[in-house]
Parts: sequence; structure tokens; C-alpha cells
Amino acid sequence: MAEIDPTQLELERQGILLTTVNRFYNWGRRSSIWPMAFGLACCAIEMMAFGLSRYDVARFGAELFRASPRQADLMIVAGTVTKKMAPQVVRLYNQMAEPRYVISMGACATSGGPFRDGYNVLRGIDLLIPVDVYVPGCPPRPEALLHALMTLQEQIDRQKLGRVRWYGSGDKPQTGDFPVPTFGAKGLEIDGKLVDPVGGLPLLSPYTSPSHGEHRSGQIEHPEVVRQFPIMDPEVELENALKARGIAPEIAADDLKRSVVNDA
Amino acid sequence: MPELTPTDLRTRLATALPDALIEVEPLAITPPPAHGPQPGLFHPPDPFIHPDHLVAAALFVRDTLGYAFLSDIAVVDYLHAGCFELVYRFYHPAGGPGIVLRVRVPRDAPSVPSLTPHWPAANFHEREAFDLFGIEFVGHPYLRRIYMWDEFEGFPMRKDFPRQGDKYLGSDE
Repeated sequence: MAEIDPTQLELERQGILLTTVNRFYNWGRRSSIWPMAFGLACCAIEMMAFGLSRYDVARFGAELFRASPRQADLMIVAGTVTKKMAPQVVRLYNQMAEPRYVISMGACATSGGPFRDGYNVLRGIDLLIPVDVYVPGCPPRPEALLHALMTLQEQIDRQKLGRVRWYGSGDKPQTGDFPVPTFGAKGLEIDGKLVDPVGGLPLLSPYTSPSHGEHRSGQIEHPEVVRQFPIMDPEVELENALKARGIAPEIAADDLKRSVVNDA
Repeated sequence: MPELTPTDLRTRLATALPDALIEVEPLAITPPPAHGPQPGLFHPPDPFIHPDHLVAAALFVRDTLGYAFLSDIAVVDYLHAGCFELVYRFYHPAGGPGIVLRVRVPRDAPSVPSLTPHWPAANFHEREAFDLFGIEFVGHPYLRRIYMWDEFEGFPMRKDFPRQGDKYLGSDE
């Protein structure tokens, strides 16, 4: 909850409601975030536990899993988004009515997870739609998803009606549809341009945090960037299969992405 | 409960279908190292079937031996040896251990007859093998990609499919 004036709380105890339009709207929104009933992989099992009686998301007013995107406020991207599924996810998101929120649940939805280097998995749903809350874990426990929902409620409490990202004045890129990727010979394409190739890194930067506007960060991880993984470094001497001799050079150099290592 | 060892199966196949059974050389999975201990060669006990006689052998397994359930068609890519190996696994409806038929086809022109006209269950297995390994099943009624999208080019489970991604960046140096 956002900071509340103690005078106001005292008045409410006496049966007098003094509020602002912002607070009233946000209270209505935060108390009935209806998720869309769809799951993509094993995270969806945890999402079911989150919805059922033991963890009981009904305490937060979010128990109505809607079967239609038209009636849903929240999309929980629960699981691995394969490249073949990605267009449908974006299309479902486009069909949701504003205000709409996205929780990226688990390592796969956030970054591709253990399948990131595979040929068939999207490297993070935030390449295609903006994400409000990320939940780490593989899969995250239902408590973690509850915490994500509470974090989303806190974000909603901070909204100002004139400044929300869907309507009002100013630059509102979310009023349009998000581009739905199409299938190409080498991977996913948007407007005929390859954006998430099979192999290599995504050629698209992720959406930044929605609270900072719906803009891409513009930072692309270029494939030509050389990265170092110490375990694959031939200069690291191994004492046995599991133990390197001396202090790990990347710790000694205090740089996990170093190019030259001083002798520790 | 029926039980048929690979050796028994070879004997049965050798008497019933002598043309179908072939002998293969033991196969080196990886190139042998220049020094040090040499890895053993791969030579499973299961019968190897000539691709041209695969349908006859499979029908013999189903109709005469009673192993009617085609559980799985697995493909192994032996890149060093230059061949694909298709492993057909059959089970008996009454239970017991399964039996295995193996077929080897060259990597440059992988083509085997389809079992789908006789086993509807083979349909998706064969489409998967076509999708991920590019094996052509002659006689399949609907040989299209099943996992990847239709526009995709390449066969991602082949060993020579380019390996790229975060993990492999800078690993050449």
C-alpha cells in the first residue's frame, strides 16, 4: 500500500470515507486482478497451486481465472515460451482490454532459462510484450507468485489516472497492438525482419519496465561480443575434475567477463 | 508373458525372412583418440534390418510374433560413422519386455519405407523423425513438419546443426 495519512485512517474507522479518485480507482483495480487461465509448461502447475485452496489467491481478489483474454486483466506467462507459441501469446495479449498487466513467471519466460541456447525457445517474453513483474525460479513456488501479485498491487497503487500508460495525454505506445511475430526460415520475424534467430542471440532489445514507458531499451546483446566462461577457459588449471588450483582467476581479477587474467 | 531375447528374435527373423536380416560392422561413435585408452565399438545385439525389407520385418513382428504395439521410433545420428540409425521398439499387448529392430541409412540420403499405412501409430513418430532429422519416409501420406513451423529450414536435432548461443560464444578461442 502506498503511504496513507493517519488522519484518513482514523476518519475511515469513524465511518467517513475521504479519498481521491486515484486511490479509489487503484483500490478497485488492485482488488480484482483477474488472471487469464493459460499455462505453457510446468510453471502452470505451480500457478494452479497458487489459485487453489492451500495458497488461495482469492485472498487477493485474483481467484477468477478467466478463459477469455477479453475478461482478463493479468497475463501470467507461466512456463517456456517456444517460438511456435510466441505469436499466440502476443496475440492473446493484444486481445486483452486495458488496463492489462504481465507477470513473467519462471526462468524460461524471463530469459529462456535452461533452453536459452536451444533452437526452439524464445529468449524471454519481454522481447515481444512488456513485463510488469518478473518471478525468478524454476519453477517459482506459489509463495513467490503470490509475492509477484502483491508487488503488482503495489505498482498499481502508485498509478496516477492521468499518467497510466494506456490512456490519457502524451505518448501512449500501448494503445496500438504489439507486433505479432511470424515464422521465417531462420527464426521468428517481425515485418519480414529476423528478430529471434535459431542459434545466436536475439536481434531485438527487450521492453523496458512498463513504469518507465513502453519503450525498448535499445540495447542488443551482440553476437560478436566475446564472453568468457571460466570453466571452459584452457588457462584455468584444474586440480581435478571439480576443483581448480588456487583462487579462481575470475574472482582474483574481480571480473567475470575479463579478457586477460593476471596470475593469481 | 511373452519374452523374446534379441538372439531369439534374430533366429526367428533369419528363418522367416532371410533377406531382411543384415550383418553390420561394429561402429565407432567418436573418432578414436590418438593415444590413451581406445573406446569400445558400438555393436548392439538387436537385429539389423535392410531398409527395403523393413515393412515385411515389422509385419512379421506384428502378425506372427504378436508384438503389435509400436511404441517408439528413435533416431540416432552417428555423425562420425556417417549414418542414421532408426530404432523401432515394439511391445506385446500381453506385457513383457519389448523387442527392437534397427535400420541404418546413410546420412546423405536418409530414406526408409513408411510404416504408417500399416500402423497408424507410426504417423506422428515418423513426422517427428522427418521434422528433426530430415529422414524421408517413403509412402507416408502426410509427411510434414510436426514440431517446427513449416517455413523452417534445417533439421535441428542433427549433430551438424550449427551450435550457437550464449554458451558457445567465445568458446573457439
